[in-house]
Amino acid sequence: MKYLLLKHYRGGPEGQDYGTAPMEEWTPEEISAHIAFMRKVADDLRERGEYVDGQALSPEGTFVRYGGEGRPPVTDGPFAETKDLIAGWMVVDVDSEERAHEAAAYLSSAPGKGGKPLYEWIEVRPFLTEPSVVE
Amino acid sequence: MIRELAGQVLGVLVRRGADFAAAEDAVQDALVEAVRRWGSGVVDDDGDRPDDLKAWLVTVAWRKFLDARRAASARALREVKVSLEPPSGPAEQADDTLLILSRCCHPALTPASAIALTLRAVGGLTTAQIARAFLVPEATMAQRISRAKRTVSGERFEAPGDVTAVLRVLYLMFNEGFMTGPGVDLAAEAIRLARQLAAVVPDDPEAAGLLALMLLHHARRAARFDAGGELVPLDRQDRSLWDTAMIAEGVGILQRALSRDLLGEYQAQAAIAALHDDAATAAETDWPQILEWYDELLVLAPGNRVAELNRAIAVGHVDGAYAGLRALEALDAGLPRYDAAAAYLRELAGERAEAARRYAAAAEAAVSGAERTHLLKQAARLNEDLATP
Repeated sequence: MKYLLLKHYRGGPEGQDYGTAPMEEWTPEEISAHIAFMRKVADDLRERGEYVDGQALSPEGTFVRYGGEGRPPVTDGPFAETKDLIAGWMVVDVDSEERAHEAAAYLSSAPGKGGKPLYEWIEVRPFLTEPSVVE
Repeated sequence: MIRELAGQVLGVLVRRGADFAAAEDAVQDALVEAVRRWGSGVVDDDGDRPDDLKAWLVTVAWRKFLDARRAASARALREVKVSLEPPSGPAEQADDTLLILSRCCHPALTPASAIALTLRAVGGLTTAQIARAFLVPEATMAQRISRAKRTVSGERFEAPGDVTAVLRVLYLMFNEGFMTGPGVDLAAEAIRLARQLAAVVPDDPEAAGLLALMLLHHARRAARFDAGGELVPLDRQDRSLWDTAMIAEGVGILQRALSRDLLGEYQAQAAIAALHDDAATAAETDWPQILEWYDELLVLAPGNRVAELNRAIAVGHVDGAYAGLRALEALDAGLPRYDAAAAYLRELAGERAEAARRYAAAAEAAVSGAERTHLLKQAARLNEDLATP
């Protein structure tokens, strides 16, 4: 079963001092430690035979839509709420929803400022599959 | 096909005392070399070739295994006990195939790992092909297979293992669904492996039952999706597209299995599939017999949730929609596809508004994209009818 693990800029549980400081306020070493951790998560998942894909996204993005016959695309942005932005994703292929949640929790434990876990919310979405043959 | 010898060759190496994981790599290398020399179809072409080719594969695989061991550790090589046995006879070949299949389908493995390992070690597919079939990167699939090999390397396998576990893995492989893209066809692979298994355990009617079940479903494959790639449910399929030769083969296998009078869940499921295949139109479906088989199936496999829902549908056809709905009410409403079954029976009862509502709810809960689209269209069709005065 494949799951999309979506990383937003949503931070951790509300009202607590987790991962609220923007990255530019971290030390360079803390940023490196964070990036290295993300790479390690991917490596560990690959080693378990569960890693499918992963990508970090630029925060710069635009909403685009059809502008009507013969007209250029209509654009909108920047996005209103930073917390709704998607920072990146990872796709895993695992044996159970429980394993998908474990992988997401692992991702969410990435170190932030002070080297402490971010406790960041990760959105977990199952892929729609092929229909089974025997109904 | 050359790769159909993979399991037999691996069996010989393991019987000679080779470590399973290393031997599996060696067989894979030997297959690659054989395909490079003669192409992949060589076994089909020439009646004399299989024996020669198998012997050739054993020699090459064994040499590759020894080379790898030598490279890994000179000391380890001395520990391998090489028994110089005479060439194996048919009985040993059958044991070899079963030995390797039961190792690949060991209950200690998760289904996904067992399927991947079986496709490589017995199906003779490359890691790259298996990775494409499951839409994961090759490095990930390589890890999944090597972890699976490590898991089962520690297990004891003196006696051929549990056929039940092998049947389960092949069933799940088949049920993964048809691959839409190019590459490996998992259903066809599962059938190929089920044929091999049925040949080595001719006295097991459930192995034959599983093969029959697969053939009786596979025969409908051309009708299962329309030109636009959308799922077509059984009652709306163009039955002229069904593969009648495959149905006849499946029915024959099933009848021989049933004559042994050792009923099991795969035979029961195959019997239900055969009854559907036997109907020239959906309206001619023999629902009373299908209902009897569902009752039988639920005795054999009491926890089969899909069968419980399908039984309620069968009750709806035999005793009327409301009897079907009553049968459904006895079941857990949280079951996957419960709403889809309820929607079907509500429509059968003429309650179109409620049916539309249930179809929409079923679409929300669908785990497959094609099913979701189909259920949404069912709801839309009913809503359109309701809006038309």
